[in-house]
Amino acid sequence: MNRPLANSMSGGDPVRSVGLARGDVALEVRHLKTHFALRTGVLKAVDDVSFTLRRGDTLCVVGESGSGKSVTARSILQIVAAPGKIVGGEILLHGVGGDPDRVVDLATLDPRGKEIRAIRGREIAMIFQEPMSSLSPVHTIGRQIDESLRIHTDLDKRARRKRIIELLKRVEIPDAEHTIDRYPFEYSGGMRQRAMIAMALACNPVVLIADEPTTALDVTTQAEILDLIGELQDEFGMAVMFITHDMGVVAEIADRVCVMNLGEMVEAGPVEDVFHAPQHPYSRMLIGSAVKLEKPAPAKIAARARHADGPDDRAQILTVEGLGKEFTSHKGFFRSKSRTIKAVDNASLSLREGETLGIVGESGSGKTTLGRCLLRMIEPSSGTVSYRAGDGADIDITALDKRGLRRLYRDIRMIFQDPFGSLNPRMTVADLIGEPLKMMGWKQRRIRDRAADLLERVGLSADHLERYPHAFSGGQRQRICIARALAPEPRLIIADEATSALDVSIRAQVLDLLLDLQSQMSLSFIFVSHDISVVRYFCDRVAVMHRGRIVETGVATQVCDHPEHPYTKALLSAVPRPDPRDRRIHQRHRYVAEDHPTASTMEGP
Amino acid sequence: MTMDQTSSRAADPEDRAQEKQVDRADVAGQWQLMWWRFKRHRLAMVSAIIVLLIYLVALFAEFLAPEPPGETHTRYTYAPPQAIGLFVADEDGGSRFLPHVNGYTVEIDPVAVRRTFVSDPDAIIPIGLFVRSEPYLLMGFIPMQHKLIGPIEPGEPFYLLGADRLGRDMLSRIIHGARVSMSIGLVGVAVSLFLGVLLGGISGYYGGRTDTIIQRVIEFLKAIPTIPLWMGLAAAIPLAWSPLTVYFVITVLISLIGWTSLAREVRGRFLSMKTEDFVAAARLDGAGELRIIMRHMAPSFVSHIIATLTLAIPAMILAETALSFLGIGLRPPVVSWGVLLQEAQNVRAVATAPWLLTPGLAVVVSVLALNFLGDGLRDAADPYAH
Repeated sequence: MNRPLANSMSGGDPVRSVGLARGDVALEVRHLKTHFALRTGVLKAVDDVSFTLRRGDTLCVVGESGSGKSVTARSILQIVAAPGKIVGGEILLHGVGGDPDRVVDLATLDPRGKEIRAIRGREIAMIFQEPMSSLSPVHTIGRQIDESLRIHTDLDKRARRKRIIELLKRVEIPDAEHTIDRYPFEYSGGMRQRAMIAMALACNPVVLIADEPTTALDVTTQAEILDLIGELQDEFGMAVMFITHDMGVVAEIADRVCVMNLGEMVEAGPVEDVFHAPQHPYSRMLIGSAVKLEKPAPAKIAARARHADGPDDRAQILTVEGLGKEFTSHKGFFRSKSRTIKAVDNASLSLREGETLGIVGESGSGKTTLGRCLLRMIEPSSGTVSYRAGDGADIDITALDKRGLRRLYRDIRMIFQDPFGSLNPRMTVADLIGEPLKMMGWKQRRIRDRAADLLERVGLSADHLERYPHAFSGGQRQRICIARALAPEPRLIIADEATSALDVSIRAQVLDLLLDLQSQMSLSFIFVSHDISVVRYFCDRVAVMHRGRIVETGVATQVCDHPEHPYTKALLSAVPRPDPRDRRIHQRHRYVAEDHPTASTMEGP
Repeated sequence: MTMDQTSSRAADPEDRAQEKQVDRADVAGQWQLMWWRFKRHRLAMVSAIIVLLIYLVALFAEFLAPEPPGETHTRYTYAPPQAIGLFVADEDGGSRFLPHVNGYTVEIDPVAVRRTFVSDPDAIIPIGLFVRSEPYLLMGFIPMQHKLIGPIEPGEPFYLLGADRLGRDMLSRIIHGARVSMSIGLVGVAVSLFLGVLLGGISGYYGGRTDTIIQRVIEFLKAIPTIPLWMGLAAAIPLAWSPLTVYFVITVLISLIGWTSLAREVRGRFLSMKTEDFVAAARLDGAGELRIIMRHMAPSFVSHIIATLTLAIPAMILAETALSFLGIGLRPPVVSWGVLLQEAQNVRAVATAPWLLTPGLAVVVSVLALNFLGDGLRDAADPYAH
């Protein structure tokens, strides 16, 4: 696997040589300021940021959304979107054109000029977050990698193709001789990101900027990509600037860390120091939130101790037996061929009153479909879901008619992933929270009182009733969603990735709020998530899904710490932990599924 | 980089005012946000005022036009436009204020045997505002006896934009033409709105086979070349029908094609909205189908529909103009811009009387204004997109 591709290039280099040695300074950013002149004033997206990148080193820039970390990266390449503008500071790139003494200040270059274009893709390459949208759908992968070779080198066509195939092999894309002529849609998400990396490496850059390259990927794919970037860095010796919001990833790969908050760099230093002795309150909070989610919530531990003695005698609130959902797609002329995908395959679950069940799995595992089948938002193809109502009556959800479902929706509520998409922007908070009550025939007056009460319960002010969702941040919106879910006094809440769209500090707050509400109102939860740490923190029991099947069920701590199924082992060992002394994704378990034709081609619900 | 971060950093006093603004935005509904956005679009604002003025002119045509549109004066065929003068020379060498136009003297070209009008500086025709005229009914029911502007002495020649083949005042005819030309767009759009929202909504909401059938019909209609289709259908209108009936039939013909794009738009909105989380949330709140459509989905595409409609009106106006110009749309004595332009069909008329083209100018101005207005509305239509 370790083809000496880079070495062969640095000797009789077909592309170019890099003048700098390992450990030399490659890029210096000094007092960088990038401002956006908006109608409402100047937004200081990057405000006085300084750092140094050395060859062979990885610098992680970490911060929550809106901290200016992406703008910093884009400023270096002068690709900040209008009206953003670099207003001060220096960006010194060393060793330009293979000459170790030549230094260029990128901040002074014309963003459309020849000089900066000679640097983009050649001296500094960038990988973006979303591999689907950063690759052009109408050109083959090979052509797109060829682009920078054609611009920056004078290799002939055959030599370029040979190098592209080598690059693709190097990033472990199988059957590179053929896949080079494929289009991005024929690649999986992980493969696309590999192709992006191959493209970035095509000209053997001095600096590689990776802007959240693994955020859109599953943990197991993320682990592979992180591994790959590490290997390539060892081999090519480039300096890597890695932007992420995930403290686990930082701990896993960083040599140095730079913490950003609201455009300012609040702390910078070696990874050990930042993690184990953070100086700034913001970095302490950030690392604290990440570490907090490494173990179950205190409330959970206490509750578990209470139930530890004697068998659990709480009543079953929900029982799922043999639930299945098949999607059939038609293909070919006159839809002659049909193909069936089992998104959920024979799933059985049970949930007791006051209990929290986590459903974990990667994208395409069918966890969201399962959650929606429980409420018949998607009609299940087979199996039964039975719910025990508050008065002790057993209700077969799969057999309910429309009116029955509406009554059920008062008892079982749902919280969605995206706090922006799930609140109608055209309704006030009062209307949004009051909608289910209105459907129950409540009077306007009573609805308002209840909505005000609920808002305060979820930690917002009752004054906010008349506001529209656009007045709130993501975390606040999710609180509104929770208030809406609580409105008809439900007994069970299905939360579909309810915290995935939130920043890590807010994630912990929202989880604590849910725990608080659970203890006050004796709620049961089904918590669908791809995030192991959230599940460990929040859930009593866990069901692990893989390709539509539940492969393992058990007590949360048991499954998270001592998994039994090989897939669970692989999944858990791929999760990076926020501790730089415990780097482990190199030693992760790998799981190759015995292939059965279920959800393999399905991405998302 | 959300806005709340800007406001949280707004510590210095000059940002205080903005904070107030942000608070106001917090409780602003979609129409308020749209209005704020639309106001920022200068060109659209100006266009909106122009469009409004044009419709006011159409509404009060009888009062604004100096003459009834059909009034002929054989003495003044192809009379050129007159200029308004404000002062006249006195006998004692001074000048006094008297708004007026100059009369014409007729010269006969002995070679071509053609009459030409020359402005006569000595023939002063005083004009005024709110002058008396023949009694008429404003908008068909308000009896009036005054015109906004005209010669003080009734019967004197007053042609600000010249006269046509029969000595009819072009200005009056353009003003009256605005009524038909601008309203045919509205009526046509109303018909296509009804068809488009109904069929597009059904298509998008139910999907499946219904959707397929409606979409194939739309494709079929779109595939028919419009001009020949209109010509064919217009040829079928009996000559004996009254101008009003013809007018109605023409609007229906025009909107026959117009509804298709609107239906597509509505269908697209329905399809994308059906999968939105907030619609799913409304369903889980226990809302019925009708409530989901009316309360949760409709508000978010009404604004888009208004913008699309505004952009559809100019197409209707142009269609009417084209049809009437070709002689298969409205016919005299109905006055519309297209009908007026028929006069400009022959080269000789255009060469000797270029003012016959002024209705074209009216078409250009109103179509442009409506287009800019529609653009502004479309940009403002979704205040939540970033």
